[in-house]
Amino acid sequence: MNRGIAYYILGRFLQSLMVLWIIVTLLFLLFRLAPSNPLASYIDTTFTKEQEAALLARFGLDKPLGEQYIIYLLNLARFELGDTFSYSGKSVLDILSADLPNTIYLTLSSLLVAYAVGVLGGIAMAALRGSLFERVGTTFTLMTRAAPTFWVGMLLLSFFAFQWKLLPSAGIGPAVVRYRWETEWDKLMSPVFWRHMILPTFTLALYLHGLPLLLMRSNMLEVLDQDYVTMSRLAGYSEWRVMIHTAARNAMLPVLTALTLGIGYSIGGNVVIENVFSWPGLGRTLVRAVQQADYPLAQGAFFLIALIIVFMNFIADILYSLLDPRVGASAQAQVS
Amino acid sequence: MQQEAMVREGPPGKTTAQFRQGSALRQLWETNLEVFQRDKMALFGLCIFAVFALVALLAPLIAPNDPLTPLKNADGDWIKDALPYWLAEPGEDEAEGYTNEFFLGTTNIGRDIFSQLIHGSRSALLVGFSAAAAVAVIGTIVGLLAGYYGGWVDTVLMRAADVAFGIPFIPFIIVIAAFFDPSIWNVVLAMAVLLWRDTGRVIRSQVLVIKEQAFVSAARVSGASDLRIIFVYIAPSILPLSFLYGSFAIAWAILTEASVSFLGFSDPNTISWGFMLQDAFLSLALTRGAFYWIIPPGLCIMLTVMAGFFIGRGYEEVLFPRLRRM
Repeated sequence: MNRGIAYYILGRFLQSLMVLWIIVTLLFLLFRLAPSNPLASYIDTTFTKEQEAALLARFGLDKPLGEQYIIYLLNLARFELGDTFSYSGKSVLDILSADLPNTIYLTLSSLLVAYAVGVLGGIAMAALRGSLFERVGTTFTLMTRAAPTFWVGMLLLSFFAFQWKLLPSAGIGPAVVRYRWETEWDKLMSPVFWRHMILPTFTLALYLHGLPLLLMRSNMLEVLDQDYVTMSRLAGYSEWRVMIHTAARNAMLPVLTALTLGIGYSIGGNVVIENVFSWPGLGRTLVRAVQQADYPLAQGAFFLIALIIVFMNFIADILYSLLDPRVGASAQAQVS
Repeated sequence: MQQEAMVREGPPGKTTAQFRQGSALRQLWETNLEVFQRDKMALFGLCIFAVFALVALLAPLIAPNDPLTPLKNADGDWIKDALPYWLAEPGEDEAEGYTNEFFLGTTNIGRDIFSQLIHGSRSALLVGFSAAAAVAVIGTIVGLLAGYYGGWVDTVLMRAADVAFGIPFIPFIIVIAAFFDPSIWNVVLAMAVLLWRDTGRVIRSQVLVIKEQAFVSAARVSGASDLRIIFVYIAPSILPLSFLYGSFAIAWAILTEASVSFLGFSDPNTISWGFMLQDAFLSLALTRGAFYWIIPPGLCIMLTVMAGFFIGRGYEEVLFPRLRRM
């Protein structure tokens, strides 16, 4: 690795920290300066003034705003997210660390399916340009991008879970004690868990496959015009070899960056699907926390999702500049 | 969705000829005309919007019933879960004491689904167009200022765009919804605050190219002020790009509004398609296989979103002509 790249990475890293700091500050302002007291739902009308004051003191809400802000930043830096209001005795971190793996499994499996189908589909569409297959395929992809994911999820649920009773309808496992897995490994090894993952994964993949497919298709069409592709055709390589070895390999680069960014944005976008399938992940917890006015939990969930997105944006930037130094800083603008 | 427009990136065609000063507004009009003349799908998208706009305007006249009032039959019983008349067995409903006149049946508390569908077009179009306008206007102004002035203005605005890129969109709306009263305007607000980022970046890079053109220097030499150069000389040539992003933003806004309403963060007194789907979902329409309730709102969302896509693609075809040969 040369020096220029090291400086570039360091610069990007500092910039990401800066972005994160601004987001966290906005979050603080949003939660503290809100018209309603953050404890409003927590404080009973029967509370005496003393009880109320004691409660405010317990959550540090009696201190001046500036001091609260400093404490808040220090706590976030140490990943201390406080206690929840609605789950008694549990810390925000407890809840979120139980949710995070579920969200990650769902995100990664759906992205994997989506990008495999998308890349292969994009190659096929480019190879068969102008054919009936291409027209039907692009129309289908356009429709999957226009249909609301939660609605697609509802339709799949009503057929596969309720009409034909082939797949489970909600959650990550039956609500029986023996399906409370001891470790994440046990969960991942359990066929029951994977059966529960099929429908949400498929629903998300149906939506997510559009971007890699369209990207791959247009990159392929561009690459196929290049001289080196013509050269390898003239050199007598088979059409298959030209498509896969020469063209597809070069057309893949922007798709890989899109995938890296996709991880971050999907974690933020899974919220709706997690709620359709009662998937115990970050998004479902965020929605519940907001509904129950559990501000520490909502704030923690939002912070975690933002952290993942900023981190993945950073990784995508680095990846792009390492793979293709020509593009450098404009990488993000192309795919996000 | 914002990716949709970025999938085919490249410098817009029609460079110098388009940037002749003076005739800028006429050129802009011609570009818009060209989009809908050349691209039949874009025209189709426009027609979809026109039909839905008409339905939204005339909703109280077209809708047979009030969308929120549970209906009663002659005996004073609620007409719950009535099937659409074309699905019901003849005589089945009459036996229960009312004549079935419901095109799409009723909900579990006896609201008319077809009337809800008609009224739902109002929130969809209202949110879609106002959010798109906000996104396009803010993005265009940010792009123009950042690109034209450069320096610290550019740095501040583009770092702000980085921040906007780091904020998860749907979670942000949910958090906003926690602090403000439930309303469809939350979606518009959140989109205006966050989604100018794509438009802003693309327009900025376009302005960087345009401001080097001869007619801009000519204007500067002849003593035109910065603001005049930006809004009179440069803006008309990048406006088609704003329309492109605006059309995609309509689609994005309608989808987002539906998702947020589905999650239960919309005003329960405003009917929207997302709200209808939430209502169906919570009252177990899925387990009963009540497709007459589930399918129509989703189809309406899909149609309006596709209309936005079609128009956006029409602009792409005209602005990025190299794609045409593909």
